Amino acid sequence: MDDLIGEFLTETNESLAQLDTELVRLEQEPNNHEVLSSIFRLMHTIKGTCGFLGLPRLEAVAHAGENILGKFRDGELAVTADAVTLILRCIDAIRDLLGALEATGHEPDGDDSSLIAALNQMANGEAAQAQPSPSTEVPNVAETGPVFADDGFPVAAELLAEVEAALAQGEAKPVVAPPPPPAPSVPNPAPQPRSSTEESRDPASAAATIRVQVGVIENLMTLISELVLTRNQLMQTQRVQGTSEFKVPLQRLSHITSDLQEGVTKMRMQPIGNAWNKLPRIVRDLSVDSGKKIELVTKGADTELDRQVLEMIKDPLTHMVRNAADHGIEMPAQRRQSGKNESGTITLEAYHEGGHIVIRISDDGKGLDLPRIREKILAKGLASESELAAMSEQQVLHFIFRPGFSTAEQVTAVSGRGVGMDVVRTNIERIGGTIELSSVTGLGTTFLIKIPLTLAIVSALIVEVCGERFALPQIHVMELVRAGGRSSSRIEKVKEAAVLRLRDSLLPLVSLRDLLQLEKVSANADQFVVVTQVGAQSFGLIVDRVYDAEEIVVKPVAPILRGTSYYAGNTILGDGSVIMILDANGIASTISCGDLNDQRDTSNAVKDRADTKAAFLLFSAKKRERKAVPLELVARIEEIEVPSIEDIGGRRVVQYRDRLMPLVPFSNDYSWPERGRLPVIVFSDGARSMGLVVEHIIDVVDDRMSVELKAGLNGLIGSAIIAGTAVDIIDVGYFLRQAYDDWFSGGKAAEQSTVERQALLVDDSAFFRNLVAPLLRAAQLRVTMAADGAEALRLLEAGEHFDLIVSDIEMPQVDGLALASEVKRDPRFQDTPMIALSSHVSEADKAAGRAAGFLHYISKADQANLAANLNVAVGESIHQLDNSRRAL
Amino acid sequence: MQTATSLKVRASSPTDSLSLVTFSVTDQTFGIPVTEVQDVLILEAIANVPLGPKDVRGLINLRGRIVTVIDVRARLGLPPRTAAGGRAMGVTVESEGEFYTLLVDAVGDVVQHDSARREANPATLDPLWRDIADGIFTTNDTLLVVLNVARLLAIRTR
Repeated sequence: MDDLIGEFLTETNESLAQLDTELVRLEQEPNNHEVLSSIFRLMHTIKGTCGFLGLPRLEAVAHAGENILGKFRDGELAVTADAVTLILRCIDAIRDLLGALEATGHEPDGDDSSLIAALNQMANGEAAQAQPSPSTEVPNVAETGPVFADDGFPVAAELLAEVEAALAQGEAKPVVAPPPPPAPSVPNPAPQPRSSTEESRDPASAAATIRVQVGVIENLMTLISELVLTRNQLMQTQRVQGTSEFKVPLQRLSHITSDLQEGVTKMRMQPIGNAWNKLPRIVRDLSVDSGKKIELVTKGADTELDRQVLEMIKDPLTHMVRNAADHGIEMPAQRRQSGKNESGTITLEAYHEGGHIVIRISDDGKGLDLPRIREKILAKGLASESELAAMSEQQVLHFIFRPGFSTAEQVTAVSGRGVGMDVVRTNIERIGGTIELSSVTGLGTTFLIKIPLTLAIVSALIVEVCGERFALPQIHVMELVRAGGRSSSRIEKVKEAAVLRLRDSLLPLVSLRDLLQLEKVSANADQFVVVTQVGAQSFGLIVDRVYDAEEIVVKPVAPILRGTSYYAGNTILGDGSVIMILDANGIASTISCGDLNDQRDTSNAVKDRADTKAAFLLFSAKKRERKAVPLELVARIEEIEVPSIEDIGGRRVVQYRDRLMPLVPFSNDYSWPERGRLPVIVFSDGARSMGLVVEHIIDVVDDRMSVELKAGLNGLIGSAIIAGTAVDIIDVGYFLRQAYDDWFSGGKAAEQSTVERQALLVDDSAFFRNLVAPLLRAAQLRVTMAADGAEALRLLEAGEHFDLIVSDIEMPQVDGLALASEVKRDPRFQDTPMIALSSHVSEADKAAGRAAGFLHYISKADQANLAANLNVAVGESIHQLDNSRRAL
Repeated sequence: MQTATSLKVRASSPTDSLSLVTFSVTDQTFGIPVTEVQDVLILEAIANVPLGPKDVRGLINLRGRIVTVIDVRARLGLPPRTAAGGRAMGVTVESEGEFYTLLVDAVGDVVQHDSARREANPATLDPLWRDIADGIFTTNDTLLVVLNVARLLAIRTR
């Protein structure tokens, strides 16, 4: 009988979750007969099964609930909020009983008479003809039953069949279910619909899914992980020994293993909707309690993710939705005052994005209270006033993730449970995820959570220190810097604290050797700094060597090793060796006690870089002539094996990340070598990449620069003095066009290029003007430059005509937003499309930009896609301009 | 990779006798009930766990499974092994679903003893040992200390 109860518990818990959701829906659409029938059926099934299993308390409660539902269905009772609340209470009571049943194996003692009385009162009090007792009610239900019986009572029927089968085999127990003694004398309704439902059960849907114990799948997953490791080991051996005999079967084994792994991973996948199916109920209860009107909109509930991950995000999600309802959404009156719809909306959205799941939780409430957060920071002494003044809004907002930071003015039943955003962040980071937020006062708050699809396999960088190897998950690795030796970067000390000058910021360093108390084996001239980012905090880890990135299977460490906070797990590498996986969060939390660089925002560094200094990749192209390209534009640097280069119709291409990537030599008279490896600079706009073949990669330098423009030189923007020597700055656009004739025609600019259009480029940074101008020229635009908003306005006033304005946001005096407002106010320029270029790209910044009149908002920091984004924006802008002119 | 010497032993269990896998650490002989032993192997590549408990020697890859190596010498408060000690042997045991390999000096035979003849721990025994030992069997020339695996693995983390 135990199995039966277990099955019953699983089924019923699922039904209850569904009931919660459906009831909330019913409240919104009281006349939806379909929903009502479905609710009635679920409750009826629960009641029937309880009766059958001899669970009198459960049955009595379910029966009383079903009574009201029956009246709803028959139209005898109106669906009111009070009635729904009562039924929800009834469901809660059932849930509690189930919990006790699960824990102890039998129904707990107790009395539900007050709840049942309330339910009956509701059923009778408001019904036109009060029924004297529930017992007469039920035959009534049963009579109307056949209408619904076609839809089936699948659970009851299935259980019945199973029980009968079990009983037929087993000992002679009474074949008829024991009648529940203390319950209202109800004829057990389950057997009645049985014959009809068994026939109407859809055999296809029954066969399409099977229930499997979670443990079985977990075990299978472990075995697959072992298989993957063994496969990797075999492949490694094969590579080392180079025997060809095993090559083909090994490859086949490898493919099958991969497929198998994928299959099992898929098996563990569950729709994210499972994690938020309780939320409608929670939001509903909250809105009833608080008197707010809240609508919960969910999108992408069928997005699938690993069930382990699902379990981990369930609570954080609930907490955040609760927060949004409790603190975010205003009271109806307040919303009316601020000109918003009376009912607030909380939107939950999930979608896949490049191996990650992105979950967006947004509300259209009042937004986070920035002044209040600032006050709180000061009150708690987390930052000084001057530090606070220097912080961006984003940095201030991030403080809400600090432990013990709650801005709720009053502790309601909802907040003040001791669970704050810090717990949310910790939970999300524990599964290798990240969380970001943006908030606009009066418009609402948005949280963006990014979590890996599965916890089992991650990409990690293998590093070595003192002869020991460690794995560091890639999600935290921002960049690698070689320090000391021949490199231009070196590690400096301020008292004992090691720091590195990284572009314009000072990066605090942590020596992995000191951290793990390892013994130095040999002096190493070269060291590497792994620039690591955890939340808003970044630091460098000093290591001796850096190996490749590897896909690793994360295994938890043995219980006796869990005392150390620096490890996230351990794994077996392809060569069979065991290594520890470092936990960047753990390391970050230890160093932040030392009051290092806490809360250093990288966007600051980006901004500084854009305004004053710029990073360049130095390389030589031919005859050791030095060239440079802005690092912003470089996607990555690769070495390509010459034999792997193919010749297709006179063009050289190479297979790169499953696509063909055209290779363009720096000069046309380049002679391709026969063998060896070629350094290649890869430029990319997402799907498409091109490789520029160069002679040597020299270094990355950052320097204040002034480019002297030279026109008419193919492939060069001009020249500049970088690191003391004159170098040519290359025009990336020129090479892109060599690789793809249509690189810049993603927009419409190229097609309609009969008339040369005028663009105004406004940026106070000479570097960016010189970077962007060639890109605009490549899109067939004639470019005029202005150093700030004031100059731009003067040009416009002077009667210069422009078809397009591209402007920076942060500029002295007249900034981009002010410029846009001015331009849009003037009827002459109203239709002139404007594109913003900025290093501040939070949703709030974008919204402000759009409000000021910018059509597009492009990130300066998004190096890889700058050219492509700009191109699309220009194309669309021109298109729109043409349309509006045509309309005149 | 570890070389398993496929010394997989099964208990032939007459009710009143106890089969023990014996091993030595320094010059002391110990025994563990054969039913608790998973594997006996020669330990080769042991990966370090920096900042791990001092009794944990490291981790090994036992046929694709990561197993924690417990340094029995450290656990028993004995001096560390010298390099001349020869190849290190491991006795793998299971506890609560996790595998642990006990790093010992040498592994001996499987011996049978009459349960009734087990002597209690002497009152003068080092408290550290007394906590881990489950009695002593006497043979002609040696004393065999029976170890309690669960208590041996109850290691305080740093």
